[in-house]
Amino acid sequence: MARIEAEVGKPQGGLVKWIDDRFPMTATLKYHITEYYASKNLNLWYVFGVLAFVVLAIQLLTGIFLTMNYKPSATEAFASVEYIMRDVEWGWLIRYMHSTGASFFFIVVYLHMYRAMLYGSYKKPRELIWLIGMLIFFVLMAEAFAGYLLPWGQMSYWGAQVIISLFGAIPWVGEALVEIIRGDYSISDITLNRFFALHVILLPLVLVGLVFVHIVALHEVGSNNPDGIEIKKNKDASGKPLDGITFHPYHTSKDLVVIIVFLMIFSAVVFFAPEMGGYFLEHANFEPANVTATPEHIAPVWYFTPFYAILRAVPDKLWGFILFGLSVILPVFLPWLDRSRVKSIRYRGWIYKGALGTFTVTFLVLGWLGTQPAEGLYVLMARVFSVLYFAFFLLMPYYTAIDKTKPVPDRVTYHA
Amino acid sequence: MTEDDLDRNRRHFLTIATAVTGAAGVGLAAIPFLSSLKPSARAQALGAPVEVPLASMQPGELVRVLWRGRLVFVLRRTEEMLARLPQVVDDLRDPNSEVADQQPEYTVNDTRSVKPEYLVVEGSCTHLGCAPLEDFEVRPAEGWEGGFFCPCHGSKFDLAGRVYKGVPAPTNLRVPPHRFVRDDLILIGQDTGAA
Repeated sequence: MARIEAEVGKPQGGLVKWIDDRFPMTATLKYHITEYYASKNLNLWYVFGVLAFVVLAIQLLTGIFLTMNYKPSATEAFASVEYIMRDVEWGWLIRYMHSTGASFFFIVVYLHMYRAMLYGSYKKPRELIWLIGMLIFFVLMAEAFAGYLLPWGQMSYWGAQVIISLFGAIPWVGEALVEIIRGDYSISDITLNRFFALHVILLPLVLVGLVFVHIVALHEVGSNNPDGIEIKKNKDASGKPLDGITFHPYHTSKDLVVIIVFLMIFSAVVFFAPEMGGYFLEHANFEPANVTATPEHIAPVWYFTPFYAILRAVPDKLWGFILFGLSVILPVFLPWLDRSRVKSIRYRGWIYKGALGTFTVTFLVLGWLGTQPAEGLYVLMARVFSVLYFAFFLLMPYYTAIDKTKPVPDRVTYHA
Repeated sequence: MTEDDLDRNRRHFLTIATAVTGAAGVGLAAIPFLSSLKPSARAQALGAPVEVPLASMQPGELVRVLWRGRLVFVLRRTEEMLARLPQVVDDLRDPNSEVADQQPEYTVNDTRSVKPEYLVVEGSCTHLGCAPLEDFEVRPAEGWEGGFFCPCHGSKFDLAGRVYKGVPAPTNLRVPPHRFVRDDLILIGQDTGAA
């Protein structure tokens, strides 16, 4: 207040100063962008956070334009999507951007999470960033699931039927809960209408809020780096990290190159392979929902298949649901399961490298198995790899504690 | 007022009382929102009972109807189909319909039906809700005595909708409430409480 009063009637300072006296604009820009120091040695693994932000922007933009022509009703939904594809000018592009964006969201988020596992980014002091990130992941899953019902195709309907039925496995309250989720005795117009509300209002709001909190938490403790060193430990006389450079213009200009390359790949998929052979848009979904006939082969979209494979590997409804839920939730506990003294894979021993390597293969194989019919050898494979999946997390406190680590240097390194 | 004048107990009580009153208010205000998620009056009305005429049904024929938006099978079983029911009992998880939620009391019997000839079950697999397919052909080589097969995760049910052992579905297909209005007319979704 004192400053404002002192300057009444003085024209100098301009608009920026006028705003800064009333809102911390310059201070916020400095804190988060022009004077936010991130390590000099960030590699390609560190671009997926920015890319997730880009995909979020694409989804919000295309989503808003889709709602202008989409009709959330059981009798009109399927036709309105076809209307967007055929009759709305450029509607096909907007819709394909949105459907391709959904898959790319998961690709970049999975890689973003994998980066955290490579370089121990979830370890102290970044546990809360990881927890917020996992929340974002859960909301993203719910968002994708709700969105997949909207085209009201065969896969929309039966996929939702299977996943919602899962909650019926919960003892005592299961059936009542399922009825409240559906709002009807079966998946119907009512279910579609409320999933639309969740997909376009509630979940995106929560998602954007969580992303904001995720970044605030990150900027409080500072970004990790491929060496897993805290750059704030080595500062120059003015208090700037010696191994850090400012986010803008240094990291932003590098990110811009990556964003352009990403958009080239994204466009290639949108224009040449929007269905991605049935993985991004499943073939059965080109038929309107039919309550009386389940498609021959039901599989969720590819990004849910690793967890779906675990669900199917269990020959019991309740235990299938429990292990399915556990497989999704377990990564939340990584900061406390990992007992290693070092963060980065560069200074870990062969045990963790082997474990992470096995986990990588396990996740990919489970993902593939989830797209295949559950019969014969596939069932056996799903069981073996499910055990490996859980072993990676549950045995982590032991193998990370006994793993031989290498000494971590004081300053960041620049080898490739 | 100085620090010494503070009645901390009184302040503590007021804080708790305010918080509890506020929480009760929020809780009560949540009721309409949560209740709005339940099936609406229209959804309940659309869930009205449906009639299934039986006059034109041939022995061995399966009719699909929708009740409350759910698929319901009505199967007119032949004498031969009924004769097969006792033969598979050892392979079933719940041959005597002991899981109470899966059928009204008046269908707890060897054929899970009001009249042995007519089976009425929901066409919704008790695993994850896919619609089972009918497969009435007997193939002794495969040990298949005819029944229903779920294409999603391979659950199998016999000609009374009873679940086989060793499949993901935990319980028998559900029998919806139903009654015979006349000998040739079934009403699904309503019963008299007893057969």
